[in-house]
Amino acid sequence: MAFFETINIEKNYANHKALDKVSISIPEGSIYGLLGPNGAGKTSLIRIINQITAPDAGKILFNGRELRPEDVNNIGYLPEERGLYKKMKVGEQAIYLATLKGLSKRDALKKLKYWFEKFSIEEWWDKKVEELSKGMAQKVQFIVTILHDPKLLIFDEPFSGFDPINANLLKEEILSLRDNGSTVIFSTHNMSSVEEICTDISLINKSKKIVEGTVFDIREKYSTNTFELIYKDELSNKNDILSNYEIVREYSENGNNILEVKDPKAIGANTLIGNVIANNLLISFKEIIPSMNDIFIQLVEGSKNN
Amino acid sequence: MNKILIIIKREFLTRVKKKTFIVLTIAVPFLFAAFYAFLMWMMLKSDTEERKIAVINQSQIEAPVKSTEYTTYEYVNEVDFASEKNNLLKKGYYAVLHIPKNIWQLNKAELFSDKQVPMDLKSFVRNQISDKIERIKRDSVIAETGISDLDARLAATKTNIQLKTLKLDEGSGKAKETSSEILSILGMVGGMIIYIFILMYCTQVMRGVIEEKSNRIVEVIVSSVKPFQLMMGKIVGIALVGLVQFLIWIALIVLLVIVGQMIMMPNIDMETLRQGADLAQMANTSNIDIDQLKVVSNIAQTLDPAFLTTYLLAFLFYFIGGYLLYAALFAAIGAAVDNETETQQFMTPLMIVLAVAFYMGLGVMRNPETSMAFWASIIPFTSPIVMLVRIPFGVPASELIASIAILTGSFISLTWLSGKIYRIGILMYGKKVTYKELWKWIRYKH
Repeated sequence: MAFFETINIEKNYANHKALDKVSISIPEGSIYGLLGPNGAGKTSLIRIINQITAPDAGKILFNGRELRPEDVNNIGYLPEERGLYKKMKVGEQAIYLATLKGLSKRDALKKLKYWFEKFSIEEWWDKKVEELSKGMAQKVQFIVTILHDPKLLIFDEPFSGFDPINANLLKEEILSLRDNGSTVIFSTHNMSSVEEICTDISLINKSKKIVEGTVFDIREKYSTNTFELIYKDELSNKNDILSNYEIVREYSENGNNILEVKDPKAIGANTLIGNVIANNLLISFKEIIPSMNDIFIQLVEGSKNN
Repeated sequence: MNKILIIIKREFLTRVKKKTFIVLTIAVPFLFAAFYAFLMWMMLKSDTEERKIAVINQSQIEAPVKSTEYTTYEYVNEVDFASEKNNLLKKGYYAVLHIPKNIWQLNKAELFSDKQVPMDLKSFVRNQISDKIERIKRDSVIAETGISDLDARLAATKTNIQLKTLKLDEGSGKAKETSSEILSILGMVGGMIIYIFILMYCTQVMRGVIEEKSNRIVEVIVSSVKPFQLMMGKIVGIALVGLVQFLIWIALIVLLVIVGQMIMMPNIDMETLRQGADLAQMANTSNIDIDQLKVVSNIAQTLDPAFLTTYLLAFLFYFIGGYLLYAALFAAIGAAVDNETETQQFMTPLMIVLAVAFYMGLGVMRNPETSMAFWASIIPFTSPIVMLVRIPFGVPASELIASIAILTGSFISLTWLSGKIYRIGILMYGKKVTYKELWKWIRYKH
């Protein structure tokens, strides 16, 4: 059963439709990538999930029942547009934001102490936010987002503006939160981060959901049945071997020959490998799986042509 | 704890803990007291500077000015003023006074100096010469008419009626001696403080909203609380700052008045003054000038504690009501713009309305019975200021109730409308917002 579900969500603004019957289903314990180009409707959907705005139509289910106002305490949200009060002290501010999420002051203090120690930033406690660097402030923002142990975490473009070290730290923390039972929604157009950590994705384009599923299934679905072969010498009886295949690319590199072929009849890898190694020395064989980036571009471009 | 209380607490504490708040709240009453003390001292202090003034007297008048303890007038005769004035200054004279030959017709004289002549010196010289000439003119009139006691007779025609204003006290049915001047001043001070408070604290609300928006913290907060809760938390928190500041001021002023009274007139009991004590007898026993005592008695009777308490309650209501009315609008403005420079187009109409209310208050102070006074104290945008000016002169209970009800209804509905603008505005960046756009936001369903 889905942990979090939106059913036919619609949202209209004065001159355009932001969301058009969007239904997504987020499995428990997944890291769910919400993908789409800028202006596709991702932030509108995320704001509806956070109950910042209400949908014009549609239903939202949280753990099988309808989403309630008090569920905000079970959701942690790191928006794309994020910031802190500049003149307020770090510790005071963290406690303030935590109590707004329903934590008692004592619990907030205890948890903050743990996280500040973990990130070794205890000495920032009495500093004003304006004295911190951007990366430091982002660490504080991350802690505040996850402090109340939300069951659902929502990160909107989390890596934008993070330096590589902080981005890596963030990634590891997100993974360990997932391991501890949280479900994570991840909105981004940074495809490499999707491949690294997402288990499920949906792609939204022009207010509509185009595709949804596990990363594995989607790549499978959009696989082009293309194989890459690397071998030492010229292939003997090349024409026989490749008679059922289309050659995509053929080149040599570092003394090796590389051949990319398409398998339009879906004969499968085994037959091809068998035929090649019968008379040739094969160094490497692999299926060329399209990257999420390729699929993303393919789908977005495809919907443009329709 | 309720989330709105958490927001109120933060808005209140961050402002109250600021140094500027502490300094302003504690220092202002003392500054006022010091300022008045300084003014009094300046007025009472006599001019003890020693000056020598050369007088070129070309008129027939004999010794038109006489030397005083500190200022000496030396007559230098038969000198041309135009050519000699600078030389005389070089000789060490502070100033040169020139009384021309035909001063009778001209009514003009000159006091020449290389420094700015003090007001007191100027008026002293002017009065002396005027008196002298007047004296001579009178003497010639007496000589012509033959009435030797003309002065005494003319003096006897001088009339100065003292008009007591008595007001029927509805509670006791007794007439009370009140002073319209004091009531006017009280009304105006009340209206002015409301005007300043509304302006000062509503601007703070707007700044706070803009700060949250430009900090980009607002989206984090509205994922925990409803936008309306955030807006109301801010408005209420800042209102509490204003109330605390005001109450501290009242407490300090009361304290300063009591201390001042103990120092200046230790033997006077205000309560007996209020009952209408025998001032002459009191003046004898306490060694205080009877005229001063009359003023104090007048103030004490006009501003009795019961009246002051009523006025204070009215002030608190109209401050809260007026503040809430405008604060919601200012919050909506803050939400609609990206930074403070863009607020101008929306602020200007509100500032004009507030200024109009203020000037209406000034007009009402002079005449509290006009129909303008009535309407201005009913319309919610002007009533907080104008009604406070009117209350000291007495306002029928029905009008007061109508004004309060309309103000309450207005701030509730305006807060509701502003909440709609606020909710959409805080998440909207980089868009130049127009009035048309705001209207669209108000009509959105969610």
